[in-house]
Amino acid sequence: MITLFAVLTLGGLAAMFAVLLFLVSKRFHVTEDPRKVDVEALLPGINCGACGFPGCPGMAEALVKGADEGDISHLVCPPGGPTTMESIGAYFGLEVGASKPMVAVLRCNGSCANAPAKTTYDGPANCAIAHSLYAGESGCPFGCFGHGDCEVSCEFDALHVNPETGLPEVIEEKCTACGKCVIACPRNLFELRPIGKRSRRVFVSCRNTEKGAVSKKHCSVSCIGCGKCAKVCPVDAIPIENNLAYIDPEKCIACGKCVPECPTGAILATFPIKVKKPVPAGEPSPAAKPAPAE
Amino acid sequence: MSAPVTESGKLMTFPRGGIHPPEQKITQDQPIQACPLPQEAVVLLAQHIGAPAELQVKVGDQVKVGTLIGKAPGLISANIHSPVSGKVKKIEPRTDASGYPKTAVLITVDGDEWEDSVHESKDFPWNGRPLKRDIQASPEEIRTALANGGIVGMGGAAFPTNVKYMVPPGKTPEYLIINGVECEPYLTADHRVMLELADEVMVGTEILRIALGVEKAIIGIEANKPDALSLMEKKAQDYPNISVQGLVVKYPQGAEKQLVRAITGREVPSGKLPLDVGCVVNNVGTAQAAYLAVQYNRPFIDRVLTVTGTGLSNPGNFLVRLGTPIQQVIELAGGLPEGTGKIILGGPMMGKATGSLDTPVAKGTSGILLLDQKQAKRAAVQPCIRCSRCVGVCPMGLEPYILSELARQNRYSEAESRGIMDCVECGSCSYTCPSHRDLVDWIRYGKARIMANRRKGKA
Amino acid sequence: MSSSFVVSLSPHVRTKDSVSSVMWTVVIAMVPAILAGLWAFGISAALVLGLSTAACVLSEWFITVVMLKKPNRLADGSAVVTGLLLGMNLPAGTPLWQVLSGAVFAIGVGKMVFGGLGHNPFNPALVGRAFMLTSFPADMTAWPAPNLFRWNLLQFGGASRYTATLGADAVSGPTALGLVAEGAAHTEGLSAIQGLPGHLDLFLGTIPGSMGEISALAILVGGVFLLAKKIISWESPIFFLAGLSVFTGLFWILDPSRYADPLYHILAGGAMLGAWFMVTDMVTSPMTPRGRMIFAGSAGLLTGAIRLFGAFPEGASYAILIMNSFVPIIDRYIRPTRFGSKQADLSRKGR
Repeated sequence: MITLFAVLTLGGLAAMFAVLLFLVSKRFHVTEDPRKVDVEALLPGINCGACGFPGCPGMAEALVKGADEGDISHLVCPPGGPTTMESIGAYFGLEVGASKPMVAVLRCNGSCANAPAKTTYDGPANCAIAHSLYAGESGCPFGCFGHGDCEVSCEFDALHVNPETGLPEVIEEKCTACGKCVIACPRNLFELRPIGKRSRRVFVSCRNTEKGAVSKKHCSVSCIGCGKCAKVCPVDAIPIENNLAYIDPEKCIACGKCVPECPTGAILATFPIKVKKPVPAGEPSPAAKPAPAE
Repeated sequence: MSAPVTESGKLMTFPRGGIHPPEQKITQDQPIQACPLPQEAVVLLAQHIGAPAELQVKVGDQVKVGTLIGKAPGLISANIHSPVSGKVKKIEPRTDASGYPKTAVLITVDGDEWEDSVHESKDFPWNGRPLKRDIQASPEEIRTALANGGIVGMGGAAFPTNVKYMVPPGKTPEYLIINGVECEPYLTADHRVMLELADEVMVGTEILRIALGVEKAIIGIEANKPDALSLMEKKAQDYPNISVQGLVVKYPQGAEKQLVRAITGREVPSGKLPLDVGCVVNNVGTAQAAYLAVQYNRPFIDRVLTVTGTGLSNPGNFLVRLGTPIQQVIELAGGLPEGTGKIILGGPMMGKATGSLDTPVAKGTSGILLLDQKQAKRAAVQPCIRCSRCVGVCPMGLEPYILSELARQNRYSEAESRGIMDCVECGSCSYTCPSHRDLVDWIRYGKARIMANRRKGKA
Repeated sequence: MSSSFVVSLSPHVRTKDSVSSVMWTVVIAMVPAILAGLWAFGISAALVLGLSTAACVLSEWFITVVMLKKPNRLADGSAVVTGLLLGMNLPAGTPLWQVLSGAVFAIGVGKMVFGGLGHNPFNPALVGRAFMLTSFPADMTAWPAPNLFRWNLLQFGGASRYTATLGADAVSGPTALGLVAEGAAHTEGLSAIQGLPGHLDLFLGTIPGSMGEISALAILVGGVFLLAKKIISWESPIFFLAGLSVFTGLFWILDPSRYADPLYHILAGGAMLGAWFMVTDMVTSPMTPRGRMIFAGSAGLLTGAIRLFGAFPEGASYAILIMNSFVPIIDRYIRPTRFGSKQADLSRKGR
């Protein structure tokens, strides 16, 4: 008898809840475009936000919307790269925009040796806090602090501050060019540049716009805006503004002629350059020699 | 502590939070000395809150004391006058208290020639500057004189003074509160100004009171300055509209909101200004500067500051021309002691550390404090033991332990709902934390991020 | 530049206090109560106290340094505080292996699993005691009578004293609270109970009980010291004792022949130790004064409830542990009053 009661009670409860669940799921049913689910599966699923949408579901929604309008060429998934976008394009049968593979590049070479500390920072190891306090230990108001806000922001383990140089180093193979580090750096020292053919890149590793005499006081490898690089550049890719040279990645052919020309060694190349005259304390490019992940 | 006799006989204070760090007022009995002229003055164009002044001179120009070299481009800005006479040598960026290079005019000093219009005020009261008690100027004229003279708040924030006296419609000021609290440890500049320039402070207070158009001005002084308190009370007997209020010694009583609360019992609501509860607050030094600007047409060219620190052989209070490199002022106080670890512009609680002895004295420099290497370094951060001291000492009724952690984790909306923007960054929480946690650092970080997000949202 | 100046954000001066100075001050405050315990129970008390402290310190060292490979934090003294508090909560003569297991449990489960100092929701010493009380109920409620020179060899072995034949005086009867509970159940009330200690005995500590709990006077000395040093705030102990008084007082007024008076309840058992050293534990109590009032007051009420109606004659430690679990919710809803939150009263004249 007791067994019967137990079976009846529990069975009754089970039936009641089943009906309840059924009704609730009917009542609150959400219809979702099946294409969105499919596209989302094609995306990397890391929710980095580099596409400009809130995570991969947001991107998938934008893609579906774009497909309805017949154009998804304006949408790019930086971490997924061309392969991802091609597969999405194939899914919709639409053209996708050309996306060049990019990599984050640090535009500062103010290592402990190049930009020696003149003061000692004391406080939380956070670049934004140090930035709010003062120019930094070297005195360069544009330079890297090395407290690693970028390292914290990187979700791909592609950025690590080298304790010897005090500078972050990007591991090219891991970097997805999501752009988190660009935002995280209070001094805007990161730039997303095209990886380049066979990873050959040339860039000015400095953002200091002070006059040459002033910036040289902070850092031995600062750009002094002398313009020598611009003169030798065969494709006219180096504008100089505010005492600072910038190599336009769209124009640069990575010939490397400007590198030995720089009197301070502020231009770095990710490939070996035949040096005619000695370059003072030219640090190897961070990207050329990625530190092994710890 | 024996309470000094005050008008009402009772010391007042703000009720919530506060700390009492060691006072270390080692220079309180040192009379103000004039600091010799520098060989080269470094005059920054941004010595105040707001837009930098626009350059009015070029390299090679001859300037006299009082020559306008920077003109305020807008309302929230201030004129800059040459504090020395000589030739403009260079115009280049120099590191200021913000830690960043800012445009400065370098003047090679040659003699001490004053502009005719300000020459009269050259002497100090102790060598013959007569007291001009009669106030002829109208409120409008006073505001103009303050703006022309580049007068800014001397307590540290350096907010343009004339702007405080432009009352927007719909607000009724009732009290002028003059801040003689000087609650920062070590600093004694305001204390000495009250003792040695009491009459000028009184007339200055009267001038500011007229500018604001209120019946009552109250000078608040903490009880650890009994001599200043009784002297000011005695002087106030000649001024029916000015009274003096003694205050319990408690940091941060010099903060505007706390001082208004202590003296009037009114609490400035979150995100509002003292004017919203009918009060305007200015420093005693500012009152004295206002006196000179209005009565003598003298611009802001010098200020009294305290040079102090336990290692100094001759710490004291000095009248220093703006633009003097702090190195020279430190020399005057006995020279940089061996083993100095930190140089602070201002007091130990809210002052700014600087890494360079070339930093020039600016309008907001209320003192120079030297700490030895042992005092300079922070102790290692330990885990929070939830002792709740930070909550207990917060004068704004906040929970610093949570706010700093929320800011560190970039949880800004939660931090905002818990009132992070109310924080006055007085540092009481960091001071009192037995785990030596970087509470204010992270709260500042959160505030800055929230402000940046707000600007982005508006743009 | 010859010297490198430090640059940091304000404030540039900090209090001289530190976590270790706070903890060691608490240790100093415990000294009177410890001395009272040692005076009453002699060598066996010293053994229990010493072992529980040593075991707490060693297990914290083992977990942080050996297991987690983190820097050693023993100098902060928090493990010592836990060890001493646990020891003070135990009857003198508790078998040492039980003390050892309690100490390891207190540090390991009470503290380190949550992330160490500052992260534990429950008072580690009380966690250890609760563990021992449920695991070894017989030994944990065998209260030796005060005897300076008694020393229980069986403490070294594993045998419970109930099986020992050490003589009648080795183990005395129940504590004052045990007697009070008995009296409440007895048909004739408290008057039927023989050997009920008086208030003065409780105050001075010439009674059986946990070694650190017996003398209310000694605990009070330490508590007042902590108050004077501003290590603890007044709300916690006062509201705890008030809560206890209210609850027990209510029943005492209703029926004084059955229930002991509130003062008796304050002086007896672990109420004083709880009020001054357990409720006041910073890590496990709320952050605001009002929060602490609610927390400590409720713990006091609960203690009274457990004492009068629970299965155990003493309830302070369980009451505090229960209230510990409410601390996050108290902190969530009880916030300090923000400056400026009151409507500005413009009608009030200054001065």
